[in-house]
Amino acid sequence: MSALPFHRRHDVRLAIRYALAILITIVFVFPVYWLFIISFKTPDEIFAFPPVWYPKSVQFANYRVLFKDGDAETVLNSLILAGASTIFAMILGTLAAYSLARFKTGGENFAVWIISQRMMPPVAIVFPIFLLYVAFGWVDSFHGLIILYTAFNLPYVIWMMRGYIEDIPLELEESALVDGCTRWEVLWKVVFPMARAGLFATAVFTFVFAWNDFLFALVLTRTEVTTFPVQVTHYFGGQSNFWAKIAAMSVLGTIPVFFAVATMQRFLVRGISMGAVKG
Amino acid sequence: MADLKVSGLHKFYGKFHALKGIDLEVPSGEFTVFVGPSGCGKSTLLRTVAGLEEASGGRIEIGGKDVTWARPRDRDIAMVFQNYALYPYLSVEDNIAFGLRARKFAEAETQKRVARAAEMLGIGALLKRFPRELSGGQRQRVAIGRAIVRDALLFLFDEPLSNLDAQLRDDMRVEIKRLHQELKRTMIYVTHDQIEAMTLADRIVLLRDGVIEQQGSPLALFERPATKFVAGFLGSPKMNFLKGRIGKGVVTLEDGAKLPLPSPKGKEGGAVIVGIRPQHISLGAKGSRTAHHVIVELVQPTGTRLHATIPFGGSTIVGEFDAHAATKPGAQLAIEIDMSRAAIIDPATDKVI
Ligand SMILES: Nc1ncnc2c1ncn2[C@@H]1O[C@H](COP(=O)(O)OP(=O)(O)OP(=O)(O)O)[C@@H](O)[C@H]1O
Ligand SMILES: [Mg+2]
Repeated sequence: MSALPFHRRHDVRLAIRYALAILITIVFVFPVYWLFIISFKTPDEIFAFPPVWYPKSVQFANYRVLFKDGDAETVLNSLILAGASTIFAMILGTLAAYSLARFKTGGENFAVWIISQRMMPPVAIVFPIFLLYVAFGWVDSFHGLIILYTAFNLPYVIWMMRGYIEDIPLELEESALVDGCTRWEVLWKVVFPMARAGLFATAVFTFVFAWNDFLFALVLTRTEVTTFPVQVTHYFGGQSNFWAKIAAMSVLGTIPVFFAVATMQRFLVRGISMGAVKG
Repeated sequence: MADLKVSGLHKFYGKFHALKGIDLEVPSGEFTVFVGPSGCGKSTLLRTVAGLEEASGGRIEIGGKDVTWARPRDRDIAMVFQNYALYPYLSVEDNIAFGLRARKFAEAETQKRVARAAEMLGIGALLKRFPRELSGGQRQRVAIGRAIVRDALLFLFDEPLSNLDAQLRDDMRVEIKRLHQELKRTMIYVTHDQIEAMTLADRIVLLRDGVIEQQGSPLALFERPATKFVAGFLGSPKMNFLKGRIGKGVVTLEDGAKLPLPSPKGKEGGAVIVGIRPQHISLGAKGSRTAHHVIVELVQPTGTRLHATIPFGGSTIVGEFDAHAATKPGAQLAIEIDMSRAAIIDPATDKVI
C-alpha cells in the first residue's frame, strides 16, 4: 500500500496519464508538423544542424516554385479526376443501390457479388487494364482515369448506399407515392434527404480513394494528366531528394482531403433520422 | 355510387395465396372497416387497393375508373400508415403540405388547406415543430392531417391507432369518427380490434384467411352472424359455444340440460352448436322453471360489469352481470338464457342455421 492519501494517488495517476497522452500525440503529430514546417523553410534551414524547430520567417518560395513550374497543376488534375469520378460513381451507384434495396434486383446475393469485385487487388488488374487502355488510346487521358476510378469505386458506393437505403422506413416512400410522387420524385424528396449523412460520408470516402490512388495513375498516365501522388515521387532522386518540393506538394495535396473530412464530420451526425417512425 | 369496387381480386406472395377472390363494394361517403385476425390479409387488401402491391388477378375500380394497373399517384387516394410515416427532415407544416406540393397546388391554396386541417385536428400550435418534437398522439394527428388536406376520393387507414396507448386510442377513435362526420368522405379503415371496428364502422368487412367471411352493418354482423367465426370474433367477452342435439323444440346439451328453441331449426337428432353471448345470460329467480342452477367458478369485475365463469352444459360459459351482483366463486346462481338471441350453428359447416 502506498503511503499517499487517496486523492494524492489519484492526482499522480492522472498526471501520468496526461503525460503519456501528450507524449504519444507528439510522436504521431511530429512528422506531420515537420513536413508542414519544411515546406516554409529555406534550403539552408532544411539541412541546418542542430535542426531548426520552427522557421524564423515564414516564406513561400517553395510553393512559388511549384506554381511557376506547373507542378501544382497536378493537384488540380487530381481534383478533376477524383471529383468527376466521385460524382459519376455516386449517381450510378446510388441508383443501382436503390434498385438493389427496393426491387431486389439480381436477387439477395447480387450485392455481395458486387462488393467482392472491390476486394480484387488493384495490382492484379492494372496490367490487363493497361493493355486495354493502350488499345483504346485512353492512356494519359482524363476520361480514361475518370472511367477507371468510377468503375473501381462503384461497388463500394453500391454496397454502402444499399445499406443506408434499406434503413429508410419503407412507409416513408410508400406514403410519398400515394401522395402523388413518381419514383424519381421519391428519390429526390425522400430517399436523398433521408440518406443525406450516408450520401456525404460515402462521397467523401470515394473521393479520398481516388485522390490517394497511386498505382493506376502511375501506370496509366505519362505527362498530360500526372496526378499529385505521382508527381511527388518525381522528387525522390537517385542522389538527392528535393525535400522542399516534397513537403510543399504534400501540404497542397492534403488540403482538399482535410476539407473533405471536415465537411463529412458535420454530416456524420446521424440524429437527423430520429422521429420518422415510432421508436 | 360506389367509390371503390373490387371484383375477383387475388394476391399471391410467391406461392402464398394471400387474397382469394375478394368481391367488395364500398359505397360513397361510408366508413368501411376491414377487420379480422392477424395475417388474414387486411393490410394486403388495403395496400392492393392503394396500388402499393400489385394485384395477381381481378379488378379494382376507384370512382368508376379501372385502376387495377394504375400507379398509386393516379388513384386519387390518401393513406395513413400505422407508424405515421412522417418525414423527419420536414416541419409539421411541410409534412402536411407534402402531398399538395407534390401535386403542384398553388402555394396560397396549400397554406389555406394546411391551416384548415391543422385547426380541425387541434395541431395549429405545432406547425413549426419537427416530428421528433411531438408525442405519439400528436404525430398521428399530423399523419391524419397530411391525408385529409389532400381531399382524395378514398381515405385509407392501416391500423393508425395501434401504436398509441389505450387512453389515447380511445380519444383518437372519437376524433376519427368526428372527422368522418365532418368531411363525409369515403374511408376505409383496417384494424384487428373488433371494438374499434364495431364503434367506427358504417359497414364491416370481416376477413379470414384471404376471403371475406361476412360483410354488413356492425349490428347485422353482431346480431345475425353468418358463421361461427363471425359470431366468435365480434363481441366481448367472446360468445359461448355449447355442443348439443336438437330435440322437440329444445336443444339438449351434453350434460342433459335443455334449452328451448324459439323456432324450429335443423333436423331432430342432429348435432348443433349453440352460441350464446355473455350479455344474453341474466340472473333469474331461484326456483323459477326456466332458470338453470349453477355454481360460479371465477369472477372478473370490470367496474361497471362483472364477468362470471360458470361450468354449464358440459363446458364452461361466461356470463356478464351487474357489478353489484355480489357473486363470488362457489356461489349458487340461477341464470336465465335468452334463447331468442342465440345462434344455432351446424357443426359440419360452421354456418349459422
Ligand atoms: N411481402 C410479403 N411477402 C410474403 N408474404 C406476405 C407479404 N406481406 C404479407 N404476407 C403474408 O400475407 C398474409 C396477409 O398479410 P397482411 O399483412 O395482409 O395481414 P393483416 O391482416 O394485415 O395482419 P395484421 O393484423 O397482423 O397486420 C400473411 O400471412 C403474411 O404473412
Ligand atoms: Mg396489417
